[in-house]
Amino acid sequence: MTPTTTWYLVLAALLFGVGVVGLMIRRNPLVMFMCIELMLNAVNLSFVAFAQAFTDISGQTAVFFVMVVAAAEVVVGLGIIIAILRRRPGTTIDDLAELKG
Amino acid sequence: MELLVFVLASVMVLAGAIGVIAYNNPVHAALGLVLTLFGIAVHFVSMEAHFLAAVQVIVYAGAIVVLFLFVIMLLGVDRAEDLSVEPFQIQRPLAVIVGVAISGLVIAAVVRGRSTLGEQLKSGAPGDDNIRELARSLFSDNVFAFELTSVLLIVAVVGTVVLTRRQRGGASK
Repeated sequence: MTPTTTWYLVLAALLFGVGVVGLMIRRNPLVMFMCIELMLNAVNLSFVAFAQAFTDISGQTAVFFVMVVAAAEVVVGLGIIIAILRRRPGTTIDDLAELKG
Repeated sequence: MELLVFVLASVMVLAGAIGVIAYNNPVHAALGLVLTLFGIAVHFVSMEAHFLAAVQVIVYAGAIVVLFLFVIMLLGVDRAEDLSVEPFQIQRPLAVIVGVAISGLVIAAVVRGRSTLGEQLKSGAPGDDNIRELARSLFSDNVFAFELTSVLLIVAVVGTVVLTRRQRGGASK
């Protein structure tokens, strides 16, 4: 009994669900960022599983680009978080409501 | 053997993910993230995506998690967040419902459509053929997108430097 593509896709769906739950229940901006990384990794896993299932390398190319964009996103996001938290230490997501209409 | 690797790596992935969302302390959450990322790298290796597994370990588990830990230490936000305080009572059950619903929908779709996927994983290109194929795809079909990523990285680096620079003189607020 060897794992098939379906197993990998189910695992990716579970990982994505955990990431969604974490993004909605956590209030620390850093931990919310980590949950976004979880979701990105779930999608990467399903991309590679599809690339393997259809023996098409394009899926792995897409994962490569996702990784580049994730790295850039983390750098900019952490820069923003540093800029916010330096002014107001210990702030959570709920405190950042200045743009509320 | 493959089944054993799959089960162990999946346990790593899910345990790390649960750890990320359940630990009070952000440092522990970051360590849970490392566990998840290593599990994903193991899955990549077992799916013959050797180059991506190496990049996963180097870039994600190496660079990105170190960046997270660096920011946690720099800001001194490694105080534990009290997870028992819940400002909106309805939020946590709703979040669990939404998460379970998204996972359930995707799993249902995958199970319904599994006949199109074929039953057995085909064994991919052996050895360094994976890297050769990936390079051919990157530098021929997707070369424009590849060049654009360099622009993206430059913009990200410059933007971060500008964002986090302490302003000198009277301009500082």
